[in-house]
Amino acid sequence: MMPFEYHRAVSVTDALTAVADRPDAAFLAGGTNLVDHMKLGIVAPGLLVDVGHLPLTEVHVLSDGTVSVGAEVRNSDLAAHPVVRSTYPVLTRALLSGASGQLRNVATTGGNLLQRTRCVYFQDLTTPCNKRTPGSGCSAIGGYTRYHAILGASEHCVAVHPSDMAVAMAALDAVVVYLDANGEHRQPLSTFYRPTDDRPDRDTVLPHGALITAVDIPPPPEHARSTYRKVRDRASYAFALTSVAAELVVADGTVTGARVALGGVAHQPWRARVAERTLIGGPATEDAFRAAADAELGLARPLPGNEFKVELTSRAVVATLVSLVEGRQ
Amino acid sequence: MFSSAALKITHRAISNPMDIADAQTMSGLHATEITVRVDGAEYRVRVDNRVTVLDLLREHLGVTAPKKGCDHGQCGACTVLLDGRRATTCLALAVAHDGAAIVTATGLGALDALHPVARAFLDHDGFQCGYCTPGQICSAVGMLDEFKAGFPSHVSVDLDLSGELDGTEIRERMSGNLCRCAAYPNIVAAIEEAAR
Repeated sequence: MMPFEYHRAVSVTDALTAVADRPDAAFLAGGTNLVDHMKLGIVAPGLLVDVGHLPLTEVHVLSDGTVSVGAEVRNSDLAAHPVVRSTYPVLTRALLSGASGQLRNVATTGGNLLQRTRCVYFQDLTTPCNKRTPGSGCSAIGGYTRYHAILGASEHCVAVHPSDMAVAMAALDAVVVYLDANGEHRQPLSTFYRPTDDRPDRDTVLPHGALITAVDIPPPPEHARSTYRKVRDRASYAFALTSVAAELVVADGTVTGARVALGGVAHQPWRARVAERTLIGGPATEDAFRAAADAELGLARPLPGNEFKVELTSRAVVATLVSLVEGRQ
Repeated sequence: MFSSAALKITHRAISNPMDIADAQTMSGLHATEITVRVDGAEYRVRVDNRVTVLDLLREHLGVTAPKKGCDHGQCGACTVLLDGRRATTCLALAVAHDGAAIVTATGLGALDALHPVARAFLDHDGFQCGYCTPGQICSAVGMLDEFKAGFPSHVSVDLDLSGELDGTEIRERMSGNLCRCAAYPNIVAAIEEAAR
């Protein structure tokens, strides 16, 4: 690890000011991803501005029902929050399926959104990687692809976003609230992550020095049920091969509302809008769910070695929706 | 203001390679003076900003209960109670935990007054080589607190947690602690007993 300066921010303004004039500065929150990457040599910030002690640790329910989650709310606290548990089971379940108890106690809401891919080539400095060094090439293409994308990838990068929390938030139409020198901005999570163009090193649209302060989650529709299903190589404490965040509203056997997002399959939480359009207005049956899942997965472009993720994802979508109809969430 | 242990540590002689490496950057902008409370004793020490809480404990303060396994947050051997909650110390920068209260497996009890979780690990033979054990015990203590506070888990059928802490729940909640000897059945049995 390279030497670095450290500054514990005493306010949001202090944090923004400290980073603004330093291109080599990075924000530190829980550190569970950043410190690891500093050890590995993937990043070497010259200044860490610690925002982990800022008073952004509350979950507020706004007058319109929006749940506003402070950026420094720890993953374990967010998962256990009574309002989140009762209003967004999909979010609690997604959070609880990620990492370990120790890491969830430390990892923050903002940091979870900004965590980097677990692509093994990204983490291995001896291999080319466009996400680490744009223009150097992608070692995953033609390599080990079990944990790589089947949707939305390009010849530049086939890495996936590793978050579970963000998948649930994508299904819930969450909005990322951030501050920079120009004031407060609101970025829908659906457009928060950048496409896989020739700068895959830039994961998100956040400019340098922008600080996430909250994530706003609008209230769910009436009578909605939601849950999260994660498929992985171990029963616990492993990243997703594929995952499904789903919310369903069913009236008299007909789907009247559906929001579905997929994890572990793309560079960002993949909002399955084709599946949603297919579902809405149709019967709440396994056959209809299968048709909707297959319609979405028709967009898939798997890599040699991860073709199985297409069928796996389709089945995971069906199983998730069936469980919601059966009353589990 | 500070304990004698702190003064001893602050002025410890350079005696190992890590200290020598630290000494080169201990001045200027790359080091910070911090205070931590470890197992009830307060320490004031100047650390290189790169030093993790784990290395602070083991290499600077001589507190060797937390173990270095993977050093990447994957094995749980370095787990302590950090401000009352279980956390891996290998991914925590010491400088970011100025003012923290740390309890290691050593600080949970005494040899003649073992913590109930430590007692249960002995009674159930919840270890073989013992390397992961201090982390397992700290993690179990933190986990039991989380359960009592009503934190659900990935395997909880009911998110309002009306169920009991059975083997399935314990295995899920303890999945952040690996045991290379695979003493898992006895670890689960020990925690089940400690939870009663």
